[in-house]
Amino acid sequence: MLEISHLRYDVTAEDGGELGILRDVSLTVGDGRLVVITGPNGGGKTTLARTIMGLNQPTGGTIRWNGQDITSLSITERAKAGVSYGFQQPPRFKGMKVRTLLALAAGKEDLAPAEGCQYLTQVGLCADDYIDREVDSSLSGGEVKRIEIATILARKAGLMIFDEPEAGIDLWSFAKLTETFEAIHRRGESTLLIISHQERIIQLADEIVVIEKGEVSKHGPREEIFPQIMARTIPGCGYMKEGDR
Amino acid sequence: MDKVDWKLLKEIADLEKTPQGAYNFRVNGKLDDRHVTANIDIQSKTDKPGIDIIIKPGTRGESVHIPVVLTQTGLTDVVYNDFYVGEGADVDIVAGCGIHNTGCETSQHDGIHVFHVGKNARVRYVERHYGEGPGTGERILNPRTEVYLEEGASITMEMTQIRGVDSTVRDTVAVVGAGGECVINEKLLTDGCQTAESNVEIILDGADATGRVVSRSVARGTSVQVFHPCMTGRAKCFGHVQCDSIIMDEAKIKSIPAIDAQDVNAQLIHEAAIGRIAGDQILKLMTLGLTEEEAEEKILEGFLNGLGFFRREAQTIPLFHPSARRGFLPAGRFCPEALTAPPALSSGSLRESGGRPI
Repeated sequence: MLEISHLRYDVTAEDGGELGILRDVSLTVGDGRLVVITGPNGGGKTTLARTIMGLNQPTGGTIRWNGQDITSLSITERAKAGVSYGFQQPPRFKGMKVRTLLALAAGKEDLAPAEGCQYLTQVGLCADDYIDREVDSSLSGGEVKRIEIATILARKAGLMIFDEPEAGIDLWSFAKLTETFEAIHRRGESTLLIISHQERIIQLADEIVVIEKGEVSKHGPREEIFPQIMARTIPGCGYMKEGDR
Repeated sequence: MDKVDWKLLKEIADLEKTPQGAYNFRVNGKLDDRHVTANIDIQSKTDKPGIDIIIKPGTRGESVHIPVVLTQTGLTDVVYNDFYVGEGADVDIVAGCGIHNTGCETSQHDGIHVFHVGKNARVRYVERHYGEGPGTGERILNPRTEVYLEEGASITMEMTQIRGVDSTVRDTVAVVGAGGECVINEKLLTDGCQTAESNVEIILDGADATGRVVSRSVARGTSVQVFHPCMTGRAKCFGHVQCDSIIMDEAKIKSIPAIDAQDVNAQLIHEAAIGRIAGDQILKLMTLGLTEEEAEEKILEGFLNGLGFFRREAQTIPLFHPSARRGFLPAGRFCPEALTAPPALSSGSLRESGGRPI
């Protein structure tokens, strides 16, 4: 179980004042749940995910995973405790092969071809074409993103956090990806936290969390929250109304 | 040969026993062992130290190993090796030098290699340089390589210096004939207060000649590296120079690539980049459970081993052998600058770092 309690992340603003990126976020996610975090850009979703992974150190509050307080643990220690995070904009590694990156993710010296193939296929990549390629600028943004997701699948961590996994991915791979999320969820081995704006992914959720202005503005079962999000999409926007005339 | 010699041979030529095919082992400035084949002859020079390696036209699938080992402190070994590769031959040549210096005097090997590659012949050349030993004496390697490619001939050269060489100045010159190809892949890692200078010149002298220099280097500690790759086009040709370096700690790297077109149809490109390891790369590997130090090592290992060259032999070089650790200095050697610990990378500093991705 993931328990986030009164989490704060402040940065110093240009005028010297404190800017609250996360303001008092509390959230509990039960084991094996699939929770989609959505909300407007700049609301604090990625900061929340990065703070759970330890990439940002919170200025207040606590994070507990499986009963253990991980708030002050390093990134490496959190990874070893079973937390994983797929970067929104994954880095590239000149010279490092896809096979090596997946092996590192799986915690192994090397990867059997069948195993590498399995992870790549789940993100819609043909293993034969990619396993020996370098994770460098010869790969497109969508390819790097899918390899990033494959590293999370290879880790098989108890908590999988995906940050806009759909970004830059083509329709066919996206369909494969949603199947993969469904399959992980069905097996119930991992808790999934997915930051997404895609209706198709939101439809997979047990629960939806809406984060706005650094706070949880809504949290509940999909059936309850999804209609509320859809109802808010167009009304209230003056420009949209102007265009309708 | 004793255990130390074999250990050095393993490092520089991947040899654990005498190899198949032709070979010539030179130990402490003298011939130790030699084997020739029906197609590959090796003869000692009569006017100066060194050997002539004569490969018959049409020889295919054979290899020549000519490693050099230096274990005697204070020895300066200069050797002249000339290769004559006959028309249409297709061979592998493995050279390299390993120095084990236990004393306080300088051990130095200067290998001067000249390749004459006949029409349509193909050569794959591997040269590794390696130094070790507890002595305070310096380990110096100054190789000079000249290559002359006739029409349609090609050579691919993998030149690697990963560990333990205090000072190196390497000069490489290649003249490529019509339709020929010269590919030079260079890997270099320096640490402590080591210095390395590499001067590479490829002259594309005939129509449709191709040249490629790919240099990857890592400088740690207070080491200093200088690169001068130059591609000259004297005909309709294609040349590409690519130098990538990772700079760490208090090291210094200077890269001065040059392209020189002397024909209107010469197409020449150069790219050079020096940068630190990007913070995001380390963070990503830490999220996979690696420590910061392990992450850094994996990034460097991938960077240097990633040159897609000679994959069929699947050679990977273990960079992080205990003696290659950052800050390691052999007993008795004094390098005051290297004793200054580099600033520790905290995850906080990484977040803020705008390190250019490599």
